[in-house]
Order: sequence, then structure tokens, then C-alpha cells
Amino acid sequence: MPDVSINAGFVPLLDCAPLLIAARGGFAQSEGVALTLSRETSWATIRDRLSIAHLDVAHALAPLPLAANLGLGPLGTSMIVPICFGTGANTVTLARSHWDAMRDLGPPGDLDPNTHLQALRAWFGKQRDEQRPPPVFGIVHPHSAHRYQLAYWLASAGLIPGRDVDFMVLPPALMPQALASGRIDGFCAGEPWGAAAVASGSGVILTTNAHIWRGSPEKVLAVNATWAEGHTEALLGLVRAIDRACAWCDDPANAQDLTKVLADSDVIGAHADLIGRSLTRALPGPDGTLHPVEGFLRFAGSAVNFPWVSHAQWFASQMVRWGDLAPDALHADTIAATWRPDIYRAALADGPADLPMANAKVEGALRHDTAVGSSRGRLHLAPDGFFDGRVFDPDDVAGYTAALRAADAAAKHDAPQDPGPDVGHDVGL
Amino acid sequence: MVEKALRVAIVDANQIRASIIEEGLKEAGHTDVTMFATVPDILRRLVDVDPDVIFIDLENPNRDELEYMFQVSRAIKRPVAMFVDQSDRASIEAAIEAGVSAYIVDGLKKERVKAILDMAVSRFHAFDRLQRELEVARGELAQRKTIDRAKAVLMRSRGMSEPDAYAALRKTAMDQNRRIIDVAESLLIASDLLKGGD
Repeated sequence: MPDVSINAGFVPLLDCAPLLIAARGGFAQSEGVALTLSRETSWATIRDRLSIAHLDVAHALAPLPLAANLGLGPLGTSMIVPICFGTGANTVTLARSHWDAMRDLGPPGDLDPNTHLQALRAWFGKQRDEQRPPPVFGIVHPHSAHRYQLAYWLASAGLIPGRDVDFMVLPPALMPQALASGRIDGFCAGEPWGAAAVASGSGVILTTNAHIWRGSPEKVLAVNATWAEGHTEALLGLVRAIDRACAWCDDPANAQDLTKVLADSDVIGAHADLIGRSLTRALPGPDGTLHPVEGFLRFAGSAVNFPWVSHAQWFASQMVRWGDLAPDALHADTIAATWRPDIYRAALADGPADLPMANAKVEGALRHDTAVGSSRGRLHLAPDGFFDGRVFDPDDVAGYTAALRAADAAAKHDAPQDPGPDVGHDVGL
Repeated sequence: MVEKALRVAIVDANQIRASIIEEGLKEAGHTDVTMFATVPDILRRLVDVDPDVIFIDLENPNRDELEYMFQVSRAIKRPVAMFVDQSDRASIEAAIEAGVSAYIVDGLKKERVKAILDMAVSRFHAFDRLQRELEVARGELAQRKTIDRAKAVLMRSRGMSEPDAYAALRKTAMDQNRRIIDVAESLLIASDLLKGGD
């Protein structure tokens, strides 16, 4: 039987590796599917080419398919997420000149999210006192883990996006240059762009996604739902192929080969040295030394490929928090239709994989490596907490979101600035 | 819809393709067309041009930036029509089903441009009206919560009933010629200060 041909889009980044390796490492072929890869230049293009069936599947920002299904894109669409590519490798990088100005505020030199945030807050306060406009941080897309992680981190110190800090969307490869030219003051983007900014002298890495929200999902496989309905077997085969490719990518023994594939001119096309170093999971801190980062850029292990519904629920809670969406109980239906652990289970049921018993977990409950209920009883999950210790309970999304919104609103009263344009008139009661 | 000439902006680095669309627009009577080939400064220039509709290449490498600019800028709430070069029958049908505030154009057929333009504009207006209603509803909800909290403060600290607390807020607003929401906010800030903050 000839292989089922699948059109697959990707954006040239470190974390497109599972899709590339599935295609080029023979994993797809052994599952009877043939991937035709198409390199895309923006997430909007990935999303919209999926919507109009130019692409069947694609490497996508974890929150992007959910946002599109919730009506936050320009096209009505239906996509599903059957597998995650792992934890990703995002850094929060600040302009070196700002770091130099912060130094006397006393931050230490490692990648600690708490102390750096306090120093950043003090520096923001100084900027405000000097009547400077709010600092601008680059993000890669509004519906990205980068934006929600960065906003979560900053807002926990009362630095509210849209008031104390502005976001600007830029392609990740342009971030180091934008930082050097002063167009942005900082950015949150995937590796190797943080390390590239450090190498060129324009930036310092303050912290990472692995510090802000441990075990968080970064990229996923997004699948056109109509295509999925008509190609059940091919989809299950592709999920198996990607799961095996993820394990291959995660193995340090393959780091050199993976670096070669990623640095190739038809993928990232540059920075082989920085890509190789990212795969060692160590990053330069502001102190100039390399710090190993636990849980950074994990392609496999600890159930990072499992599409945890609680991850999608957290993203939806942040969409509501930042006003992308109105609160609505019906979001739960869209989340259930989008994130599909059932497909991941069906694909891997007969293999050696140890699958968790639950589809969702309380984010922030695990402080240590913990054994959890699983199909073979050998599954350990790595710590999954938020840096500030706040716990996300998927059974109380509304309460969690309301508490964050109240905290954000209270943070407004402390600031000397005007909270922004006025809304409407008196409301009758 | 009213037949009047529309001001149109085309964002595309591919000049040849942009000219074909421009030609299609002009044949349909829309002669006021501005082309943008590059992104720097595009926001300011778009505000200057103030187009009625924006045509953009679905595969434009700057789409993430542009989409975010359009999303955050209140100055540019405009219908967007997207076009793609390679489109077979199936993807055109998928596009028609998918269209909400945007519409996919089969870019190299100038005869279709007018229909696409009309569709993009009418869909945008329907979508925009919904969005506005949603925004007003959200604003009212937030205001109502603030007023409820202010009432609670009065009820707790002065032993007032709920209608009395609301009447007190309303009277202060009238006396000072301020909006009731502003009085409620001031009260909450003062109340936080007196508590020493929490």
C-alpha cells in the first residue's frame, strides 16, 4: 500500500525538530505516512493555510489552534491537537544597557525569576518616575506561550501589559537586532535567539519558560479537523512517528546529528554553535557563566508529549485574563474539542509507552519528581509549578481567573499612571 | 450595500501581483488604491491613508506583526481581505466556509476582486458590530463589579442597606458632577488606603 501523503508546515525554529526528524529520520515512513514539508514564514500563515486546507498538519504555537477555534483568528476554523512537541526553550532577554542600569539595584547573576523580577520592577519604577514611555517587549505572536508566560511573570509583580509594558510582535530571528537598535527593550522568544542576543552583546537572559512555568508546553502538532476525520489511521501513524521522533530528539547521543539538521540552510540556516549549545540545556546568565536549566527544551520524558487538557485550560484562562476572550462556560467545550489526549492514547495504546491515567492535572501541585497513576505504573512526572507558587486547579478555572483579574485590577490602583481610555457611561443598576 | 468608491490599501511585497489586484479594483470603480511593499512605518502610513479595506497576501512574511498591529490599534479597525496565489477548488470552498472577518481571494484573477471586496466589507461590518457589543458588555460588567464593591464598603463601614449605599454613591456623583463609576473607584482607593493596603 502506498504511503498516505501529508502536507506539513513548519516555522524554522529549534522546536520544529520532532516534525523534521519524523520526516527525515524514517519515523513517518515506517508508519506508512509520507510528509511533504513546507517552510512557512509566520504563525498567521501556518494557521490560515491549515484553515483553508493547504496544509493538513503543522508545527504550531501551543495556544494557537485553541485561539483559532475560539474565534480569535480572522478565519472560522477547526483544528485539533493530538500531541505536544515538549517543553520548549524560551528566554526572557533584556537589553544589556538596561541590565547595566539595573545592576546597582542588586540583582544576582543567575536565571532566578524572582530576584530578577523584583529588580526589573524597581527599574520599571525608575523609568516611570523619569516620565519615560512604558518599556516595549517583543513577543512572537499574541497567541503564544511566550506572551502568556511573559505577561504572567510581569503581572505577578504588578507590571500590567498594556499599561506598564507594551508588547510588540516580531519574528524571533529579528529580536536580537531589534534589541540592539533600541526598537525593543526586551523580548521573549525561543532559542537560539536569546543566546544570539547575548553572543552579539545586545542582551542578557533574565529567566526562561522552564523557570516561570515548569513543564509547560511550547509547540504542538496542529491538525485540520476535517482532514483528521477522513484520515484516522494516517493521523494515528503520524502521532506515533512524532512521538518516536521526540524521543530521538531528546537523546543527548543524537544532539550532533540534530544540530546538523536544524542548522541546515532549508531549516534555520545559521547558528550551528548556538543550536548545539541550546541542546545541552545550559544558558548564559547575566553573570556570564553557563547555568544548566532543568526541564528546558525537553522533547520527551515525564509525559511532556501528552496533550494535557489542563495546559489548554490554563491558556484559555489567560486569554480571558488579558481580554482576548469574554469569560464563557462554553470555552470548556471548545477546549475538549481541540486538545485530544484520546487520540494520543489511541495512537500509543499498543506500544511500550507509559500513559498517565488522567487527562488533566493540577498545575503547580508537583514540587518534586512524583510517581503518578499510569498504564504501566512506571510514570514519573517532573515538577510542574509556576514560579510564584500559585496553583492552577482545572476544576476551578473561573475562580482562578477571577482571582488573577482582581489582582491585576488592584495593581492598577497603586500606579501613578492613568489606567487608560475610559469606557462608556454610567451603568444603571 | 451603498455603491461608492472605496479607498483600498494593498500590502504585498510582490509588485506584479499587487498590480493585478489594483487593476481589478480600478475596473470595479475603486481608483483610490495605495500600495505598501514594506512594513516599517506601515501603521502610521495606514493611519494617514485611512483605507476602507486592506488587501493582504496570506503568505506575507510580516503577517504576525501586521495582525498584532491591527489588533491593538484602534485606528485601524478595517476589513481585511486576504489573497493566496495557489488555490484549488477545495481550498476556495474551505475559504468561503472559513470566512468570518476576512475573505480569501484567488489573487491572480482580477475579475473576482470586486466580489471579494464587497464580501470582505460586509462580513467585517457584521463581525465588527458583534465585537463592539461584546466590548460594551465587558465594560459594563467591570463597572458593575466596581460599583458593587463600593456599595459593600459603605454597607460594611456605615451600616447602610444596599439601596441606601447606592443612593449615597449616586448623590455624591450628582453633587460633584462626576460619574458614579468614578465616585465608586475613588471610594475603593480611599478605603484601601485607610486599611493600609492589602
